[in-house]
Amino acid sequence: MKIKQTDIAVVGAGSAGLSAAYQAAAAGARVLVLDENRLPGGQLFKQIHKFFGSRAHQAGTRGYMIGRQLLERVESSGAEVWLDTLVYGMEKNCHLGVIHNGEHWVVQAKKVIVATGAKENCLAFPGSTLPGVMGAGAAQTMINVNRVLPGQRILMLGSGNVGLIVSYQLMQAGADVVALVDAAPNIGGYGVHAGKIRRAGVPFYISHTIKRVTGRDQVEQVEIVQVDGKFQPIPGTEKTFDVDTVCLAVGLNPMTELIWMAGCEFCFIPAFGGHVPLHDGNMETSVPGLYVAGDVTGVEEASSAMEEGNLAGVAAAESLGLLSPAEAGAKKAEIRGRLDILRSGLFGEKRRTAKQSQLESMADYRQKKGGAE
Amino acid sequence: MDGVRYTGVPSAEELRNCPGIPSEGRKKKGRVACVECVQEIPCNPCEGICPFHAITVGEQITALPRLQEEVCTGCGLCVANCPGLAITIVDKSLSETEGSVDFPFEYLPLPGKGDVVQAVNREGQVVCRGTVLSVKKPASYSGTAVVSLRVPLEYVDEVRSMKRLPRTGLKQEG
Repeated sequence: MKIKQTDIAVVGAGSAGLSAAYQAAAAGARVLVLDENRLPGGQLFKQIHKFFGSRAHQAGTRGYMIGRQLLERVESSGAEVWLDTLVYGMEKNCHLGVIHNGEHWVVQAKKVIVATGAKENCLAFPGSTLPGVMGAGAAQTMINVNRVLPGQRILMLGSGNVGLIVSYQLMQAGADVVALVDAAPNIGGYGVHAGKIRRAGVPFYISHTIKRVTGRDQVEQVEIVQVDGKFQPIPGTEKTFDVDTVCLAVGLNPMTELIWMAGCEFCFIPAFGGHVPLHDGNMETSVPGLYVAGDVTGVEEASSAMEEGNLAGVAAAESLGLLSPAEAGAKKAEIRGRLDILRSGLFGEKRRTAKQSQLESMADYRQKKGGAE
Repeated sequence: MDGVRYTGVPSAEELRNCPGIPSEGRKKKGRVACVECVQEIPCNPCEGICPFHAITVGEQITALPRLQEEVCTGCGLCVANCPGLAITIVDKSLSETEGSVDFPFEYLPLPGKGDVVQAVNREGQVVCRGTVLSVKKPASYSGTAVVSLRVPLEYVDEVRSMKRLPRTGLKQEG
């Protein structure tokens, strides 16, 4: 067993983790970034579409280009990045159990930032275990990272932005999307994303769900059915499509396993994908010195993840005395302003109120704990 | 149910109330941007890219983009820069019977100048044939091509894209 000591350990080299690493290293901290993948960037390098947001968030720039720029900044900031590295556990004192190059390491950092992201939700229905049924994110990895088309005729379940964007990218990669299905009575994602795939001729079936998938050794057909206001199937409304692939874009849930181990306090916020860690305005959890950023704090999107990473990186550096309260305060105010903008409007409001309640739960927790001591 | 939230296609009413749509009179004068952005999402690249400041979003970036149709020259920079692919350049001045629509197109293969293609509406239905006037894909468009199609005048307000071309014989890029 080897021991590695550093100022700040960042778990996860995606949008949030890389942003945190850059901020902390730029402030002068010794930073070690750990990621189980062989390539850094998390989901950013899969995003071949142009991002929304403000020009301050490089809106109009394709996601993978933003990823490249971020990675270059991290590399030049002096942060050390360990890839193909498994973080399998965290002790109460935030020491990390790590397997790197086949060797067991204990990483002892003064501060730990967990930015592990989220994983795709699954859905069970007859035939859901047949080869050809897959997460939309998995299909996106296949086409945009590995350049492999998962199938030729695809049905997408879920009309959130992931379902809409991946449908579009599957068509760009050469597949046909035969239908987009969602049990909700309206389209979940942005109208402009939906508009792109409507113009490509994809029919939408809202208030519909998958009844079953059939096939001998793999997906051959999918049957959908209309649902009523209580999401119950309406007999006689079934429709069948010949497909070879069914993609599920039915939401994500935060990858919180590590921070559960450390003993963080959690709350349950359905809009954020389930159980999420309590944290304060500095992204610090109920475990002192343990910070969180990005989808692990509640599923949002890449721009918010980058800003939360920036916030955690600045706050962690400040707590080590590497930034003065005035310097850190100015940076944090700027970042929080940008986060407010990202959490506004028709689609951002729900996330803004969810984040508000998460911050309030943290304040309540600290007050109660303070009172008990 | 009608409207972009239910169909992915802006309803007639949503388009009527949209501050990015130019007037009939302006379209008859020549090329002008048609910004079909009807949902309040946090996004403002169109405002920044316009060299003539003809599109305004403002401080609150969820506001809908507002077009100043007299200031717009129809240069088309916004078409390739809108992440939502929601902007076209329309022109009803080509002739007594013809106009043009420039739209973003991110599928390969691209059509060639002079090709006759199937023009589609917002629902993806083929509404008429169109002749390709130009295909632009400079580096500054960051991978998005802008196709300009000549179509019968009565379809200028309907045509918003073209049917994807078969991928047979498509050469691998790069």
